[in-house]
Amino acid sequence: MSGDRPNAATVRSRGTVTIATDRCKGCELCIPACPPDVLTMSTEVNRLGFRYPELHPGCTGCGACLLVCPDFVFDVFRFEQPVEHAVAPRGGGR
Amino acid sequence: MTERVLMEGSEALVRASLLSGCRFFAGYPMTPFTEILEHFAELMPEHGGTCINAESELEAVGMAWGAAATGARAATGSTGQGLSLMQESLSEATLAEVPIVVFNMARSQGDYFQATRGGGHGDYRNLVLAPQDVREGIELVQLAFHLADKWRNPALVYGDYLLAHTQESVAVEPSALPELPAKDWAVDGSRTGSRRSGAVTPLGLGKLGQRDLGQEGKAQYIATKMPLLEREVRVETGFLDDAETVIVAFGSPARFVKHAIARLRAEGHRIGYVRPITLWPFPYDIVRTAAASARAVGSFEISSGQLVDDVRIGAAGLAPVTFIGGVSSDHSGFGVGRLLDVEEVSARILALHEGREQPVVPGYGEFTYQLAEHQEVAAP
Amino acid sequence: MSDRPVSGGAAGPSGAAGPVLDTSAPPSQPARLVEAHRPELLLTEEHSLCPGCGEPLAVRVFLDAISELGLASQAIAVAGIGCYTMFSGTMDVDLVQALHGRAPSVATGVKRMLPDALVFTLQGDGDMVNEGLQEVLHTAARGERVTCILLNNGVFGETGGHMTATSVIGQRTKNTLDGRDAREHGYPILIGDLISRLEGAAYVARGSVHNAGGVARTKRMCRRAFETQAAGEGFSFVEVLTMCPTGWFVPTADGPDELQRTLAEVHVVGELKVDGRIRTTQELHAESLAKQREVEAQLAAGGLHE
Repeated sequence: MSGDRPNAATVRSRGTVTIATDRCKGCELCIPACPPDVLTMSTEVNRLGFRYPELHPGCTGCGACLLVCPDFVFDVFRFEQPVEHAVAPRGGGR
Repeated sequence: MTERVLMEGSEALVRASLLSGCRFFAGYPMTPFTEILEHFAELMPEHGGTCINAESELEAVGMAWGAAATGARAATGSTGQGLSLMQESLSEATLAEVPIVVFNMARSQGDYFQATRGGGHGDYRNLVLAPQDVREGIELVQLAFHLADKWRNPALVYGDYLLAHTQESVAVEPSALPELPAKDWAVDGSRTGSRRSGAVTPLGLGKLGQRDLGQEGKAQYIATKMPLLEREVRVETGFLDDAETVIVAFGSPARFVKHAIARLRAEGHRIGYVRPITLWPFPYDIVRTAAASARAVGSFEISSGQLVDDVRIGAAGLAPVTFIGGVSSDHSGFGVGRLLDVEEVSARILALHEGREQPVVPGYGEFTYQLAEHQEVAAP
Repeated sequence: MSDRPVSGGAAGPSGAAGPVLDTSAPPSQPARLVEAHRPELLLTEEHSLCPGCGEPLAVRVFLDAISELGLASQAIAVAGIGCYTMFSGTMDVDLVQALHGRAPSVATGVKRMLPDALVFTLQGDGDMVNEGLQEVLHTAARGERVTCILLNNGVFGETGGHMTATSVIGQRTKNTLDGRDAREHGYPILIGDLISRLEGAAYVARGSVHNAGGVARTKRMCRRAFETQAAGEGFSFVEVLTMCPTGWFVPTADGPDELQRTLAEVHVVGELKVDGRIRTTQELHAESLAKQREVEAQLAAGGLHE
């Protein structure tokens, strides 16, 4: 669900996105659209006054966010080799 | 086709259109326009064009708009009622600079306001040409297509029942008209994806990266364009040098006026005429000059008085202007009625010339509107 | 989905964990671009439509479909009047702007003069199903080889959110504040059903952009419609249900759910006419209910197979 997890300390990303945060209008449609669930809305706002999506490890490069974004904010990439990200162990963060 | 043949007006207007390169027509049947549609339907395929029997006048003008936007010469038409339906498009075609030719085969001359003031919204003008007979119709149709393209503006041909259904001996020959530049404003899909794609639009919204007038700029652009079309005025005059009375008339009724005046002249009456060939732009200057040396100016028209407004503007108070026309139709409501008769016309002109009351058409009195009590308005 | 808490930081809701990654520039690790944000045929990403509006999603899919089919150099758009009209200035497509409701007849004139062009209309429900109902029906009946694209959000968006002929019963709009009532305001018109019955219509479909799957499916419908035109088979039509949170008085993020709950229940997604076979909206509805029950049954029995 949230990317491959070979061990509790890393998450594998097969893909990534660029996010044009300045153009985002805070509609949040990308959040539920993301199958691996790796997008959350920021706490800061952009210069239009909207919160914008932020990416966490585990992206698969599926492009769902791009398909549902009305403001053309996402470019979607797939890594040649999956990238491992270090993450805080679960259960301690919230 | 240089041979002279006996040809009905509707067919001649259609052949003249085809000669002008018209390759698209759409229309909806309505008397006395229907034959125009029929002839286009029959003849257009031979010329590699398209004629569509549109399901409404709204669609007919929309189709002509689309065809014209691709750079083709396109036309539509109807009679006055159908043109009423087309008014939104005829207004906005001016903003979009779409050069369609529109036929009004009118039932009377009471569509004069619709044609010249425009029955649509906003500041716009359509060029209006009014042939007096089939022979002139052949020339003016070709001129209409030419002027429409020259100015990228709709051009209206104001015909009538008589013109549509009269047969005359004519030769449908091409008019000599100047060359016009290629239509580089037209759209055909070839610039899609080039980042310089084109748009034909009544809105001020321009393509990104190209000139964007905005709504106000567009209105200003068109407002400054319209007066330039006034240089296309065309008019015929006769016997004006010493005329004491001047009659203004257009279209088929003008032929009756001219014939009557020729006879009255032969009897020694100093009467002349002004026949606007373009209804818009109207020959105000010619009317003014004629009024300056006349005692009386009259407008003869088959309506309750629309042309007379422009005659008054032209005469500028230099001579009194009198409406000497009237409503007149057959019992179907079409324009060949009692007033379209040389004796009637002659009597009216002579009455004006001799300072007498206009003759009353026998029987019309019973149709006079009677004022009801609640409609009385006290004098101030 | 609409009431999930949002937060940035180290651990997001329900699954997102780990640091916020830098997304301001393309990755430094070797990677290929799967998809760029902007369709080739759109000159800019900027538009003045509301947050959460579904129309830009629809615009992307048909522009991408044109590019993918290699038909860009002969495509001509005929745009109607509505919120989407602003794309007339930003689509890199040769364009004829039509008046409200008139696009199908303008498109007819264009196509008759340029039979090899790919001619499509872009109209909203107010434009096509209110003002221009007779135009689209006659154009379909005549089998004009054009593609009409309907952006259906059940409201007149540009004038502020008023009822249209496709608004559903119970829908609250500026002039049906207590909800559309059949007795007073009549019933919605399912335009796809009217068109599919006409012999001149060769392909009729209804898609939706409320989720990624819907967007992808809608693009396939657009491709199919354009292929139908290119093959000279007759009139083609794609209706696209789009979100209008502003016109629906719902929070932006609730648009997709609202669409599913209201518009999509009445204007059911699916192909209404393809290869001569007609399915009514009622049949599509029954099919989707049956499929739903099948999936539920499988889940209850212990999981999805295949």
